[in-house]
Amino acid sequence: MERIPILKMGPFLLVTIQVDLYDRLALNLENDLITMVSKTGARGVLIDISAVSIVDSFMGRILGNIASMSRIMDAETVVVGMQPAVAITLVELGLTLQGVHTALDVEKGMDLLHDKIGPDQLQEQDEEEGPDDRTE
Amino acid sequence: MNKTAQIIQKKKKTILENWMSNQLSDQALRDDLISNEDLHKQSEELLNGLARAMATGNVDNIYAAEYEPVTEIISDISVTRARQGFSPRETGLYVLSLKQAIADTLEQELAGQHEQLYKEVTLVSRLLDSLSVITFETFIKGREEVILRQSDEISEISTPVIKVWDGILALPIIGTLDSARTQVVMENLLQEIVNTGSNIAILDISGVPAVDSLVAQHLMKTVSATRLMGAECIISGIRAEIAQTIVHLGIDLSNIKTKASLASALQLAFSMNKIEVKSNARNANFGLRR
Repeated sequence: MERIPILKMGPFLLVTIQVDLYDRLALNLENDLITMVSKTGARGVLIDISAVSIVDSFMGRILGNIASMSRIMDAETVVVGMQPAVAITLVELGLTLQGVHTALDVEKGMDLLHDKIGPDQLQEQDEEEGPDDRTE
Repeated sequence: MNKTAQIIQKKKKTILENWMSNQLSDQALRDDLISNEDLHKQSEELLNGLARAMATGNVDNIYAAEYEPVTEIISDISVTRARQGFSPRETGLYVLSLKQAIADTLEQELAGQHEQLYKEVTLVSRLLDSLSVITFETFIKGREEVILRQSDEISEISTPVIKVWDGILALPIIGTLDSARTQVVMENLLQEIVNTGSNIAILDISGVPAVDSLVAQHLMKTVSATRLMGAECIISGIRAEIAQTIVHLGIDLSNIKTKASLASALQLAFSMNKIEVKSNARNANFGLRR
């Protein structure tokens, strides 16, 4: 059974979708991701969909679901790297993904998550990693 | 081979001369658009083609294979004429004056044989009428091509995406926004966002003459798509009357950032990207005062 890997990066979970999502895979991802959030107590979820070229309303709904579920479990969701064609399709389908944060690429998405979570929660990591990257 | 075809073949020279003098004496002659030599050459070519086609014995079906060269020549002529700016009347008369020339020649050749003359003239008439219909069809097609090309050009010219700063794009929209335009605008904008990695897009609508609920919906679609890509959208250039119509129509733009001018939108974009623009003059003044 094909599965999409979920990587843990400090307080965040990173998911990069490299294949076109079919329904079964998307449902599994939703399930796995929420389980991971509850298991690790992650504060943010970053989903990279830059390799996804086809979406339908189901896929849009799954993304929305993941965001709502994560919100309930106190984790922010950021979707990054959406293709122009995908964005247009979602808008035409009327799915504007309210409640999902978006960013251009993984780097900017990480910055956004850092901003959203707030510095106090990340204190421990920051001290280990050196100066906060938000001060640029 | 029927009589007309023989006569046309035999009297080609006279017919051409007649036809040319018909055309040259016509008030609608456009010697500013086409030289007499070119016209002569064109006419001769067409007449030759016609004579050759009629010589095959087919004199009523213009869509048959024998007439392909003729229709090709005539289509070519009408399309070029449409592009050169000839009026429909001038193009139509071009073929119709040939009918006159042939009829005149037939009259001379068949003097006294009224029945024969009548038959041949109707035949030629019918043939040339179909020819002029083809002329018209292709003429209009040529014109439509011109219109299509122009509208393509307009929609291409009017949607430039400008990078105004690192990470900030501006998109001045000029002219009415319809669904097709919105699609082009959206695609251009989103592609440019990917190419430049910008996180703010300013949509300037000061060139949009009117905003109705449909245009507003298109704007909101663009904003939503931009947001999905991970960039912020600011709408600027909202004139007083546009603000009035938007409120009167009950369109809700509250979840979209709007600014009155491009300058203030740029300022907002700067503060969102944490960019500070400092004036150098102030320091200089301080220096002078001290």
